[in-house]
Order: sequence, then C-alpha cells, then structure tokens
Amino acid sequence: MVTFIASSAVRLLSHPTESATASSRFFFRREPFTVKTKSLLAVVSAGALLATLAGCSPDVSAGGSTDSAGGDAGSCSNTIVNKDAPQVSVWAWYPNINTVVDMFNKSHDDVQVCWSNAGQGADEYAKFSTAIAAGTGAPDVVMLEAEVVPGFILQDALVDLSEHGADDVKANFSAGAWKDVSSGDSVYAIPVDGGPMAMIYRADIFTKYGITVPTTWDEYAAAAQQLKDAGGPFMGDFGSNVPAWFTALMTQNGQKAWDYESADPQKIGIDLNDDGSKKVADYWQDLVKKGLVDTKDQFNTDYIGGLANGSYATYVSAAWAPGYLTGAGASTEGDGAEWKAAPLPQWDPANPVSVNWGGSTFAVTTQAKDKDLAATVAKELYASDEELQDGVDTQTIFPLNQKMLASDAFADTPVKFFNGQTANKDVYIPAENAYEGYTYSPFTTYYYSELTKSMVSIIDGSKSGSESLDDLQKTMTDYAKAQGFTVK
Amino acid sequence: MTNPAAVLRAPSRRRNLRRPWIGWLFIAPFGVIFLVFLVAPLVYAFYLSLFSKGLATGTIFSGAGNYVKAFTDPEFLSGIWFVIRFAVILIPIQMAVSLAAALVLDALTTRLSRFARLAIFVPYAIPAVVGTLMWGFLYSPTFGPLTDLFKVVNQSAPEILSSGNIFGGLLNIVVWQWAGYYMIIIYAALRGIDPSIYEAARIDGAGPRQIAFRIKVPMISSAMALILVFALIGTLQFFTEPQVLRPISNGSITSSFTPNIYAFDLAFRFSQFNYASTISFSLGIVVFIAVYIFLFASRKRRGGLS
Repeated sequence: MVTFIASSAVRLLSHPTESATASSRFFFRREPFTVKTKSLLAVVSAGALLATLAGCSPDVSAGGSTDSAGGDAGSCSNTIVNKDAPQVSVWAWYPNINTVVDMFNKSHDDVQVCWSNAGQGADEYAKFSTAIAAGTGAPDVVMLEAEVVPGFILQDALVDLSEHGADDVKANFSAGAWKDVSSGDSVYAIPVDGGPMAMIYRADIFTKYGITVPTTWDEYAAAAQQLKDAGGPFMGDFGSNVPAWFTALMTQNGQKAWDYESADPQKIGIDLNDDGSKKVADYWQDLVKKGLVDTKDQFNTDYIGGLANGSYATYVSAAWAPGYLTGAGASTEGDGAEWKAAPLPQWDPANPVSVNWGGSTFAVTTQAKDKDLAATVAKELYASDEELQDGVDTQTIFPLNQKMLASDAFADTPVKFFNGQTANKDVYIPAENAYEGYTYSPFTTYYYSELTKSMVSIIDGSKSGSESLDDLQKTMTDYAKAQGFTVK
Repeated sequence: MTNPAAVLRAPSRRRNLRRPWIGWLFIAPFGVIFLVFLVAPLVYAFYLSLFSKGLATGTIFSGAGNYVKAFTDPEFLSGIWFVIRFAVILIPIQMAVSLAAALVLDALTTRLSRFARLAIFVPYAIPAVVGTLMWGFLYSPTFGPLTDLFKVVNQSAPEILSSGNIFGGLLNIVVWQWAGYYMIIIYAALRGIDPSIYEAARIDGAGPRQIAFRIKVPMISSAMALILVFALIGTLQFFTEPQVLRPISNGSITSSFTPNIYAFDLAFRFSQFNYASTISFSLGIVVFIAVYIFLFASRKRRGGLS
C-alpha cells in the first residue's frame, strides 16, 4: 500500500513540465476576467474536496458522549442508560462484557460505563501503549492481565488505586490475587478473573489404559510412559507458545524469578536458573525426548481439535480451561469424551504449591480525567452478584471475588463440561485460596518472547533444559542492563 | 509612447507568478494527504529514531547510536539475511511462473484462456490474511489433506511449518498469491505489442517459440523490471504471511523472523518505539540499497532495448 502511494506520488511529481505546459496553454488564450473566474472555481473546488476529506475523520462519534469523563477513547459499543450521569470509558474483551455493562449501567445512577473492545490481549496492549506514548487516546479504565501491569506502571500509565479507595475491596480477594496487582503498599489494578492451575484429564482414556490419576510429576511421567507403551495418545503437550504456563510450572518448584518493586523501579533481581527451575525444564525435555508429550502450539484449531478427538490424555491448564474449551467447540457431547478435573500434580506432595496461569484485572489509566470515578468503575464492574453470576453461568470468567468463591451455590455447581463434577469445590477453589501470588517483571512480554525461544530449544534438543535456562538468565540480565535497570 | 516590450513583459510576469500556485492548488488535495499521512509520519519516525529510551531510563539524544546498534544487532541482521535469501529464491520462481502463464495465455485464443486468466488471478483477489489462514489449514497435520495423502504411501506427513520447512511453506504461499498479479502485468504488456511485428517475424521464418523468446520477452523487459522491483520491495518488507502463521508455527516464527516483524514487536509488544523506528529506517536503507543495486545493474541492458 505504502509502495503504491509512493510510486503514484513519484509519478505525479515527476511530470511537472507536462502539467505546467497544459495549464499555461489553457490560460494563455483567455481574457484576464476568465482566468480569475477559473482560478476562483479551482479554489472553491479544491476547498470543497478538502472539506470532504476532513469529514472522513473519525471524530463523528456515535455514542454522543459529549459529557464523557474521558472523551478520546472512541465511542461506546453499548447503550447509555442514564444519559445525565458522567461516563467512564472502558476497554475490555470478556465475551459477556456487553451484558455485564448493561447490568452495571442499569444499576448505577452516578456513573455510566462506555465500553468498547480494543482487541484481545496483545492487540489491546499495542493500542494502549501507543496511546500512552502519544499522551492521548487511552480509555479511563483498561482491562489488563496481571502479568503486564508492572510494565505499564513503569510507563506511568496506571494510577495507584490505594489513593482511590482500593482497600475497600481488598477483603474480597485472596492474598495471592491481591499480591499479583500490588507492589509494596500500592495497588494498581482490581482483580476480576483468575487462573488457578489444575490438571484436566480424559477419564475415558485413563480407564481404557488403566491409569490412576497422577498426584505428583513423577507419577505423571510414569503414567505417560504407561500410555505410550500401551499405544495410547500423548499424555499432554509442551507448546512453545505458552511461556506463561511454563513460568507457572517453574514457579511451582520454587522459582522466584523477579525481585522487583514498582516503588523502586530502577532495580531488579533476576533468578531464572535456580535448581528447581532446571529440574522442571529437564523434566519436560525428557518427556518430549521420549515422545510422551506433544510439542504443538496451543490456542489454535489444531490443538483444540487434538483435545477434542482424544490425542491428549491430560491438559495441564487453569480454571478458565473448561469455559475456553466449550467456547472453542471441544464439547463433551457426542464424541464420548469424558473430562474430569484433578489438582495439579506436585513436586513435593507434603508441601503442595498452587500456581496461577492467566487471569485479568481492571486498571485505571493516568489519562482518566476523573480518577475517583474511574476507580469506582474498576472496583464495581464484575463485582455485583448479578454480574458475577453471569460470568460464571456463561463460563467466561473464573471469579476471584470471594463473594462468589465462598458461596455454596458456586462451590456446589455441577460443571457440565466435567459431566457434573463439582470441579469448583473439588479443585479450583482450594487451588485459588492456596495461591500465594507472584511478582512479575516490568518486561513480561519480552521475557515471554525469550522464554519461547528457550522452550523451542528445549523441544528441538539443541540445548539441555538447564543450559537453556542458563542462557535465558544471561539474556534477561543483559536486556535489563541495556534497558537501564540496576541488576541486583 | 508605450514601449512594446513592456506590454509584452507584463502579462508574462503575471503568468509566471500565477502558474506555480494554481498548479499547487490542483495537487493540494493529494498533496495534503501525502504530507499528512506519508511525509509527516516518516519525519516523525526519523526524529524518534535519533533518541533512545530504556524502560528504566529517560529519553536521551543518541544521534546515530541506534543505527550503529541496529546494524550490529544479530536479531535484525538475521531477519535481513532471511528476507534476502527469501527474495533470491522467490523472485526467479515467481517471475518464471508468471511469465510462463502470461506467454501461454497470450498465445491461446480459445475461450479457455479467459477462464484461465481469471483463475490464475483469483489468489491475488483474496486478502492476504485470508489466503494465509487457508494455507495454514492446508498445511495442518490435523485438518489438512497432507496427512491423508501421505497415509496412502504409508508415510507420515511433513510438518511444513517446522523451523526447517517454513521457508518452503512461505515460498509456496507468496508465489500462489502474487504470480497471478504479475501475470496480469506481463499479459497487459504483451497485449501492447504491435501484432505486425509478429507478422514480420513469421515472414522471416520465426516459429512460435522463437517469437516468444526472441520477440515477446525482450519487448516486455521493462514490465519484467517493474515487477522485479515490486517483488523485491515486497519481499524485503515481508510481514503479513509470517505474522498470520505465527500462532500455529510451533515457535519457528520468532519475534525477529523478518525485520518488519521485529520492528512491530519492538514497538507494540516491547514498548521500544525509538529503536523500532530505527529498525524501520534501517530496513528502508537496505531496501533502497537493494533496489538501487538492481536498477544500476539492469540499466545498461534495458537502456539498449527501450
């Protein structure tokens, strides 16, 4: 496209003589009066053209949000119920956000949410970081995964919510969930949805090959071998595009990757190649080498298709997995698949560790005009019983709000995906409550990109698991130094 | 008494004064868009590329420092090396396919030729993203036809998107997508040749093959040069196809796979707008040099023909 514009520009500019000759011939023969009329016409028509072009600018907002608290994040995708109330713009991509926003707006007279979907995950972050760099264009409240929060804090993009009443809702969340969004005494986002990890497995495949549900990683490896020897499917998958998953599994074995506080943002401690992490990396490389697990990228049709047609006996995943798989069409009906949930296998069964994969939050941006009002929305959206219940019913979120986690109704819900197993009570709620939180680095996306490379080398065997983590440690230390951090 | 020379000079001076701004007025609608959407962003990006900002540091002026860093950055250089290799392999294949198709269609006079022309052109009419997704499915070991095909001969299908095979997989997609477009350009050039030349050649005893290679090909060499430049620029800026295939590539498409992907990731994933601008401009420099070398090398030969 750019090439085309450039070449047409060159074409236009490279023939000045031709057009000049034409116009001089045109004007020369005529009376001065005519020339004036013509040039006047030219001015008018050129002006009209420019006016038309100017009319194409996206300023013509459909939402009519003239009294919006934060105006420049685009128009709303929802209808505003109370037109007189001030508005707060929100970017979010929950599949049921439309319903939840309507519920919120109907129940609030003091504030209205003006929601739009700016893309999912990386797409939204790309727009958000551009808006931060530009100093304008960000919404008041933005949906972020906890892992990217410190990076945006470092860019001065997020407001410290402890100054805007975040403590009012602190009691609603587990200590781990709260730690994920805090740094020291500051709180930069309100948790909504979490991903306590567990193992979901195909009970039908386990029965067929006589496998008992593994509770430790050693048992997991043994079961994998047993499956292979009996000509069964892969035990699981080690995909290079799920670095967050691998990070969680290394954390489970004692990795404390980052020593970082947003209050002291120039300093960071990095420890990626401790013995525990190396053990995890070598463990998975061993499974890959022996052909016990597949090495497909996840979150694409191939992988989902594999899960649905029984190519994998387990999916080491998080609490959102049943909802995600249902949405992606890997249903339990028809193909005889019988999914069950079990706690995540452990390294040391005497001291079980709970870890988290994924999950999302609402943060208030520094571009919000009324930060108190925006903080109200961040605290109250997806927080009423009705809104939470919709998230649970539609399987879009695994709520972190204790109002829901502690309720009998949620605990006793038979989950359809698990053929009626009360998976929340059996697996996910205990996992969430045992989760102790994680300290993220301010350059998570870069780290994940490098970790993906390490995972590729673990898969193709070009480096041992331990070596690849040693190299990763060096790469990340160099990167942090190049970015101006003091490495502790 | 009036000086005739003065009478003559007066209107001519007026004309000289008026002519430039009338001309500018006519190109103003285009000019404004050109300035606002092309020149201004380029200038701004160049300005950004002269500064550097670490995540934990403030913005400092670094002059050419970023450019020195870029041309010694192994990630950027490996991306450049990839697109150069890709261009060297891709362009001859693409040219050969499109030239062959155009020559055959030019020689055919049946109704089939119109249908064939359309059929070859259709891939270009399919948006690049859709086309690439489609190929992604065709390559898939789960959904694609390859698994079934190889099962017939008791072999397991190759993983086309693995790091060893991705080069060929992408080559196939790009040739499929662009050969039809280049074919149309060559075909149009062939239609522009005066048929009496063929007549003269036939009278001189030239057969169809001689007409094709001794008359037609030399006479459309400027069209060939044009598509070569298009293909060269397009290949060096390779982005869409690998970006679309990335989620299913099992890690073989990295964040520095091509220079454009590297620039995109630096800016929008790693928040390094300054260095991303530098990478973009460095790529621009490489493209400029490559196109210049090509035009310089082909100048003499084309000069003799046109």
